[in-house]
Amino acid sequence: MRAGLAIVAALIVLAIIGPPLWGDQAEAINSAAILQGASAAHPLGTDNLGRDLLARVLVAGRFTLMLALLATAIGAVVGTVLGALPAVLPRKGARFVTGLVNALVAFPGLLLAMFVAVIAGLGAKGAVLGIGAAIAPGFARLTQTLAASVAGADYVSAARMLGVPRGRILARHVLPNIAEPLILNLTQAMGGALLGLAGMSFLGLGVQPPSFDWGRLLFDGFARIYLTPEVALGPAVAVALAGIGFNLLGDGLVKKARRARPSTDKAVAPRPEPVAADPEAVLDVRELTVAFPGGVTPVRELSLTIRPGEIVGLVGESGSGKSLTAAAVGGLVPYPGVVGASLLHRGGEVAMVFQEPALNPALKVGGQLAEVAIVRDGLSRAEARERAIDRLGRVHLPDPARSAKSHPHELSGGMRQRAVIAMGLMGSPKLIVADEPTTALDVTVQGQILKLLREVVDQTGSAVLFISHDIAVVGELCDRVVVMYAGRVVEELPVKELAAGAAHPYTRALIASLPDMETDRSRPLASIPGRQPAPADVGEGCAFAPRCALATERCAAERPPLTVYGPAHRVACWEA
Amino acid sequence: MRIENLTVRYGSFVAVDDVSLEIPTGSIVGLVGESGSGKSTLARAVSGLVPYTGALTGAERVQMVFQNPYASLDPRMTVGGSVAEALLRLPSGRRAAEVERLLDLVALPGSVAGRYPRELSGGQRQRVAIARALGAEPSLLVADEITSALDVSVQGAVLNLVRSLREELGLSILFISHNLAVVRYVCDSIAVMHRGRVVEAGPTDQVTLEPAHDYTRSLLSAVPRLTT
Repeated sequence: MRAGLAIVAALIVLAIIGPPLWGDQAEAINSAAILQGASAAHPLGTDNLGRDLLARVLVAGRFTLMLALLATAIGAVVGTVLGALPAVLPRKGARFVTGLVNALVAFPGLLLAMFVAVIAGLGAKGAVLGIGAAIAPGFARLTQTLAASVAGADYVSAARMLGVPRGRILARHVLPNIAEPLILNLTQAMGGALLGLAGMSFLGLGVQPPSFDWGRLLFDGFARIYLTPEVALGPAVAVALAGIGFNLLGDGLVKKARRARPSTDKAVAPRPEPVAADPEAVLDVRELTVAFPGGVTPVRELSLTIRPGEIVGLVGESGSGKSLTAAAVGGLVPYPGVVGASLLHRGGEVAMVFQEPALNPALKVGGQLAEVAIVRDGLSRAEARERAIDRLGRVHLPDPARSAKSHPHELSGGMRQRAVIAMGLMGSPKLIVADEPTTALDVTVQGQILKLLREVVDQTGSAVLFISHDIAVVGELCDRVVVMYAGRVVEELPVKELAAGAAHPYTRALIASLPDMETDRSRPLASIPGRQPAPADVGEGCAFAPRCALATERCAAERPPLTVYGPAHRVACWEA
Repeated sequence: MRIENLTVRYGSFVAVDDVSLEIPTGSIVGLVGESGSGKSTLARAVSGLVPYTGALTGAERVQMVFQNPYASLDPRMTVGGSVAEALLRLPSGRRAAEVERLLDLVALPGSVAGRYPRELSGGQRQRVAIARALGAEPSLLVADEITSALDVSVQGAVLNLVRSLREELGLSILFISHNLAVVRYVCDSIAVMHRGRVVEAGPTDQVTLEPAHDYTRSLLSAVPRLTT
């Protein structure tokens, strides 16, 4: 990227200063020094009229770049129009244009360029038109692909439903949303055009004397390559360097657009003093912090203790840090995030269950389960298989032996989620971390999965950390509920107090804003004004204060600590 | 408006099978069902986005609000620009005032018009999408899972808005959701879809309190509740 930028910048400077600086020298005919090789006076030698070739190479930069720019512009405009036309034309016309583009893409580019150049006439005009024609199909194809993906977007459907004319949809919705990759592609096309034009001139189809570009200089020098190779070397190096420069720059731009530049500053997590773990707990976490570069801290000083046989619900809205808490517990925080804690104690094996069942679609379900036992416990293939079928039966998959032989896509969503739970049971997990395991499922299936989790806990004595955005689901399954807001725990309470005994204004508002089958339909639903602050924007005081009806000056200035409110009930609120 | 014998086929698969449904003017009809029941396909057919056989009578102008407010607004267009797309029939001088009126209708300040979708919360974006649909003066508004991509804390505000639009504008709404509690709160009557067919339809209280079909009963018993 940097090298590309430097080369392209140098080329632009050369194009600007080249002709005024060396123009006279490049045109100066010297009959005493024709067809010379390299010398102190002429580092790259002279041509058949005794003109200095170094000066000619430096001067030709402007013309070469201008031609390439022009050819790229022609190719890009024609290509974009061709690619976008199917989106506006009636079906038959669209099909014709698509077919035409397909045929042109299949046709060799250089042949197309030569064909057009011969028809348009020898010289710079023909070469530029030819290269433009060669670039256009690629652009058309790219535009078509990008436009097709945007055309399926909801906002295009919405515009169609409003009766917005096709042309306007193209101009206002489609083109602006595909402009970025097209513009990135321009840089690379520019490199291609430059090489293509040089090729055309080299074949004698391009620039004709007395005009000259790098390709023409190369063509002239090539005849003498066995006697004085340096006369061909100058223009060849220039062409190669320019081609490499534009391609490097284009590559760099594309990569940069695809993903944000990997941040050089590292995330820092606080390292508090270690403390001793509760020996009975299957999970004991104190002052857990998850941090990302740039001061983004989605989880802040979270403490959580889970004992065997307990089902603990972790509730919060999107962005509250609940899923990253689960990831930290499972040791799965993605790079470049870092985890800091005064204690992160797991009292045994941890099994993870995710929202989208994590099964490899290419492998049979039974094999994937058996693999766990083979790798982890060193069981034989037959033993592992037997255990897999046993576990699939335990999660109530009908006909476990047959389910084991099926691929994941042959099972319904609910059955897949059961299979993943069975996979967790292949070992003997002390803790099952379930991150939104029922969110993608239907309500009736959701009920079955919740029942299954409860049953697993009763049978095996393992504990569950159940993460959900749905406080009603958590209320139905869990023994204890932990409510998160903006990265911190704001309340922790026994589930039986959830409906009537919640003390934090946020918990109360969450419950009130959730309609259930008994909600009074004659009154408006409660809702919370404003929005949760982003992980980078959490301030000093209580993060909920700006949305809280009870907030005072103290709330904005000073963060309330999580303090005991009742038996097994803790709240972080000055006003509770 | 009436939907009569509406059927949608994808190849040999029948997504919506001979559905008839009446949506009285000024009422909100809820459509519940699980994924794959055909409720979203029915919504898209009524909105003219998928081909169907059967008849739709009394719905000249149908507008739809989509599930995901993060995908239904053009990220490169200001809120005002998006809403104004519904107003191309008006002379351009009158559009700005009309945009402001529409935003006011969905309880958003007029200043939002100059902002881009990324600057708004999910709930605000969904209000913008509703305002845009209202700009086309629809005789029927189809709301397809409009709160399921939203956080609980803002869902209430959008549901209240849907109800107030019915009361203030007399708008007819087809309200689609998998969440029975949400449908019960918002709708005057409910139709239950299962495997492409409407298995039960009736006034909200009747369907939720005295369900006639087994499938409705299983849906009702699966609704999670907070134990008191």
